Amino acid sequence: MASVERPLSPHLQVYRPQWTTVLSISHRATGIALSVGGIALVWWLAAAAGSPEYYESFAGIAGSIIGRLALFVWTFCLFYHLGNGIRHLMWDAGKWLELEQARKSGYHVVISAAVLTIVSWIAAYAAM
Amino acid sequence: MSLRSPLATARGLGSAKSGTHHWWLQRVTAVALVPLTIWFVISLIVHSGASYEEVRAWIGSPVPAVLMICLIGGMFHHAQLGLQVVIEDYIHAETCKMAALIVVKGAAIFLGLLGIFSVLKIAFGG
Repeated sequence: MASVERPLSPHLQVYRPQWTTVLSISHRATGIALSVGGIALVWWLAAAAGSPEYYESFAGIAGSIIGRLALFVWTFCLFYHLGNGIRHLMWDAGKWLELEQARKSGYHVVISAAVLTIVSWIAAYAAM
Repeated sequence: MSLRSPLATARGLGSAKSGTHHWWLQRVTAVALVPLTIWFVISLIVHSGASYEEVRAWIGSPVPAVLMICLIGGMFHHAQLGLQVVIEDYIHAETCKMAALIVVKGAAIFLGLLGIFSVLKIAFGG
């Protein structure tokens, strides 16, 4: 059996981080962050279903500097996970699998996530 | 010669008896979440700075209420499936892994139900 050369999965300790591997682990990281964000979403809905005082206290926390910072980070995580999720679905469909395409689509995902995050926040402040 | 029965081939399920069910559900929820997420973000932008009454009027109207329930259901299902894979990949101690899987699943169900119940309570004017 020792003579059989099997491909090893990349070991994080010895592999130099590459663009595509960083994007891959970021998909998981943003997914975990968004799961935590789900708690905030339910908190908001429960507050809206509760009394005006309860909603006021939620809005106070969400509107604070730390609250806004968290919402900003979650916005980026959401757009990144959405874009990269579509990239994953394309791979599942057997498309964009070439190395150059994988690199390029990765750039598109990161840039569009950054742009959409900023545009959303400008639009949100403008709509206020 | 295949040692598998024709029935096993027809069903396409391996020894785990679940086949690609987990993988497939993650994709189905992902596809559903694409339009739901876009709707959610646009709605939040439109309603940014809205008061308590305005938010309740929005969430309580039929279409947003149902879309919100779909979003909550799809999101927590998708999150549970994703976190399960992460836990299975990184936690190797059997007891810790089991505990983490149960906690994540329980939390996803609780939060999903709490979110859906809240939307219904707003919609039905509780």
